[in-house]
Amino acid sequence: MIKTDVLVIGAGPVGLFAVHQLGIIGLKAEVVDNLDKIGGQCIELYPDKPIYDIPAIPECTGESLTKSLLEQIKPFKTNFHLNERVQAVSKEKENWKITTSKNKIFIAPNIIIAGGVGSFEPRKFPIEGIEKFENNGVFYSVKDKNYFKNKKVCIFGGGDSALDWAIELSKISKVTLVHRRNEFRGAEHSGEIARKLEKEDKLKIKTPFQINSIEGGKYINAITIKSEDGKVEKITTDYVLGFFGLIMKLGPITEWGLNLEKKTIPVNTENFQTNKEGIFAIGDICTYPGKLKLILSGFHEGALAARACFKLARPNQKYRFEFTTTSKSIQEKLGVKKSD
Amino acid sequence: MPKITYIEHNGKTHVQEVPNGLSVMEGAVQNNIPGIDADCGGSCACATCHVYVDAKWFGKLPKKESAEEDMLDMAYEQKKNSRLSCQITAEDSLDGLVVKMPLKQG
Repeated sequence: MIKTDVLVIGAGPVGLFAVHQLGIIGLKAEVVDNLDKIGGQCIELYPDKPIYDIPAIPECTGESLTKSLLEQIKPFKTNFHLNERVQAVSKEKENWKITTSKNKIFIAPNIIIAGGVGSFEPRKFPIEGIEKFENNGVFYSVKDKNYFKNKKVCIFGGGDSALDWAIELSKISKVTLVHRRNEFRGAEHSGEIARKLEKEDKLKIKTPFQINSIEGGKYINAITIKSEDGKVEKITTDYVLGFFGLIMKLGPITEWGLNLEKKTIPVNTENFQTNKEGIFAIGDICTYPGKLKLILSGFHEGALAARACFKLARPNQKYRFEFTTTSKSIQEKLGVKKSD
Repeated sequence: MPKITYIEHNGKTHVQEVPNGLSVMEGAVQNNIPGIDADCGGSCACATCHVYVDAKWFGKLPKKESAEEDMLDMAYEQKKNSRLSCQITAEDSLDGLVVKMPLKQG
């Protein structure tokens, strides 16, 4: 169990800057994110695309912005809990009890949801009834490759994950790689290796095909695949792996009793609190009249939410507004001035 | 300014005038036409503005760039006439364009 002042959900730019705003007023934050890295959409969706509207930064990339924000919050030595999704939130006396997908428990008076469009999750196969095979024949990641040893495996996708696993598993399994078009989008070199393995009969490649149906009872017996012009083929297989990248889903947030408007959370613009005391929403996930889905708006929202968190985290102290240029106590927290 | 017809998966039809220069995706999102999520906001990075372009129109649209083709790999239930609506820009020549939305975006 981890006690903290504020649990921040989402390690995108807005979540990171919220940590800064909390840090300078003396509040400790822990950050949870379902991705395996820090940066949110900026890193997952467009790490190399230039951003032109961060104040005072004429041009930066998602990656460089994330790096700078991490540098900015370095003094606060924040713990990041990556690869973890917040599952449940419940009230426990004055605090919120937050449980993650790894059964980690946080106790905090405040939660700041900076969850963007939701948590990143694997995209699933678009066929009905596939759920019953999930983790029992159908997988969207590989945890232990030996699980597939000497088995028949169908891998779907055309990116690096699909190619890399097709190549790797072809050493120990009977692999068929299926992709919707003849070109792979993964690294050219990997595509060449896959084609070479195909020639050597160590890997089967089926393009342009997509999944059409899945057959089996408790376990998978076979799948059918279909080409664009309607040709259907049957493949007997033990396992099916899909690598279609990630998609954002709101996920368990919908079950915490928060008001929702479409896929966003309405907030009070005075403090960015939701309908629950101590739960705030900032960045793309919040909505209010005039809301702009801009990173810079998220920074402002985080600044106000942080001050509101102070009231619940330090009920017996009075919050005093200070500037970083002049405040000794802030400068101490930032480690730029020694106390005298 | 072309009139674009958006057909939801359930058949509900929306005819919308979309100003030249906006994307077909923006035409839907800014007018609250459901079925297009556009999670990434139009940077060809999420494949949640996926549409099926009417057969009569598919060949008339400017060709896909490779980034769009790559993203379409991830779209839900792609077909021959799949496009990402953030990559189609409204112009007078698209007057009458018809796009259908998939069952879901992912």
